[in-house]
Amino acid sequence: MSAAAVTTREVAPIGRMLFLQTRAQLLSRLRTPAFSVLSLALPVMFFALFNAIYGGQQVAPGVNAGKYILVSYSVYAVANVMVFNFGIGTANERSRKLDLLQRAMPLPPAVATAAQVLFALIFALGALLLLFAYAYLVGGIRLGAVTWIDLTWRLLLGSLPMIGLGMAIGYIAGANSAPAIVNAIYLPMSFLSGILIPFGVLPKFIQDVGQVLPLYHDGQLAWNVLGSGVANEGSGTALLWIGGWTILLVAIAVRMYRLDESRKFS
Amino acid sequence: MEPAVELIDAHKSYGPVEALKGVNITVPRGELVALLGPNGAGKTTSINLMLGLRKPTSGQVKLFGLDPNDRRARSRCGVMLQESGVPDTLTVRELVELFGSYYPHPMPPARAIAFAGLEEQAKRASGKLSGGQRQRLYFALAICGDPELIFFDEPTVGMDVESRRGFLDNIREFARAGKTIVLTTHYLEEADELAERIIVVDRGIVVADATPDEIKARVVGKRVSFATAQPLSEADLRGLPYSRLELSGGRVRLFSNAPEAVLRDLFNRGVEIRDLTVVGADLEEAFIAITHEAEKETVA
Repeated sequence: MSAAAVTTREVAPIGRMLFLQTRAQLLSRLRTPAFSVLSLALPVMFFALFNAIYGGQQVAPGVNAGKYILVSYSVYAVANVMVFNFGIGTANERSRKLDLLQRAMPLPPAVATAAQVLFALIFALGALLLLFAYAYLVGGIRLGAVTWIDLTWRLLLGSLPMIGLGMAIGYIAGANSAPAIVNAIYLPMSFLSGILIPFGVLPKFIQDVGQVLPLYHDGQLAWNVLGSGVANEGSGTALLWIGGWTILLVAIAVRMYRLDESRKFS
Repeated sequence: MEPAVELIDAHKSYGPVEALKGVNITVPRGELVALLGPNGAGKTTSINLMLGLRKPTSGQVKLFGLDPNDRRARSRCGVMLQESGVPDTLTVRELVELFGSYYPHPMPPARAIAFAGLEEQAKRASGKLSGGQRQRLYFALAICGDPELIFFDEPTVGMDVESRRGFLDNIREFARAGKTIVLTTHYLEEADELAERIIVVDRGIVVADATPDEIKARVVGKRVSFATAQPLSEADLRGLPYSRLELSGGRVRLFSNAPEAVLRDLFNRGVEIRDLTVVGADLEEAFIAITHEAEKETVA
């Protein structure tokens, strides 16, 4: 009976397709060292530097600055992977017409996108693992098993708006301009949101701007794991902001995707 | 059984530019068809419509009776595009395996690689392949899903003589295995030696759709040309085995598949002949003649 089942199969099984598509993304990215090394090493280097300088201080009663700095650069690491992967990756695929042949294949677009998201998740987790391992082994940071896991899901959830931002840029920008545009948006945003330097040291008028940015609320959501008094807003408020930004940025990304599609495939 | 490909009165405009002006093409299963035409004639647009990469402005496109964007239809098609890319850092084998996974019944990757003659390059990154090897990789990706219908858009552009011959042999082998093949080319001899049927596209319309022999017969054969001082009219040459006659200013040009008989008759009728040339018209001339005829018709 299996022969009959085989001959009536009209389309390929999704699982294997998704697996190979994700694997292809991972392999191809790992073989482009410039991107991988920067995404993986930069957060560790920043953490190592600032932890060495300020790690001994206290940010709140009973919370040492090392933990605060670790959370900051964890936020940076995950958001970084999302915005760069979706921004530069998408722009690259478009400009090198990688999307053209794929588009003519019996590969559902949803599977291609799912593979991109899976890849980004795996990559972000890899970057986190490296940072956590360094913080634990070298930086001497102890958070407790539950807190490590609590932090991880907050980081992944909090970085959702960055996927939308990256995709929106990826569908507008060319391969050459995409890295510049992503940096021009992401880097200032990291400063204004209090991720690269503590929010408290920023002048008041900059804080007013920073408070509305998605990355600010991503940070707030994450700092909540260190206990009350560390973050400026509760997890619930942060989640609402993140939800709103996700909807807005993904909607813009979808709009840009449709524009690009109608230019090429209508 | 539905034909493999159907284009029914397909129009396609890009802004003010009309790329296709009502094209009808039907490709039954198992046929090897060449779409022939000069650059910008509408060949690639036709292929893009068949692949669902472009939507017709009006008219219909069907693959196996289905919408070209239907995954079931796509799962039966392989494709080699003119302009497309694959990730540079993935190896030949990884890419063939990946593209095979898009299809319900792929061939083993090793077989597709062997078919394309890339065994020695199987572990090489696609970015490190030579131009010809890259074309063969795209060929492997087109066939790795073991599709029933394969599209090749200008497949031999940029190939050297050797790889081109090998490539055409590959296509023939697929045709013998019962696959339906649609390829575009502007190499006339390629269409002639390969296809069972040639569809000539020019300026967005189909100007001829016939076997290579029929296409050639439309003009081709030999061109007999001579000068004469006699005031010849068409009546004087009636009964001669020619397909087309041009009389102008004491010069006679006629096209015939039996030039020897033409000359014998001319001598028998006492026609005075000077400055005689007999040359073979090839497919190229047939092609130019066909597209010119179409031009005259559209102008008139």
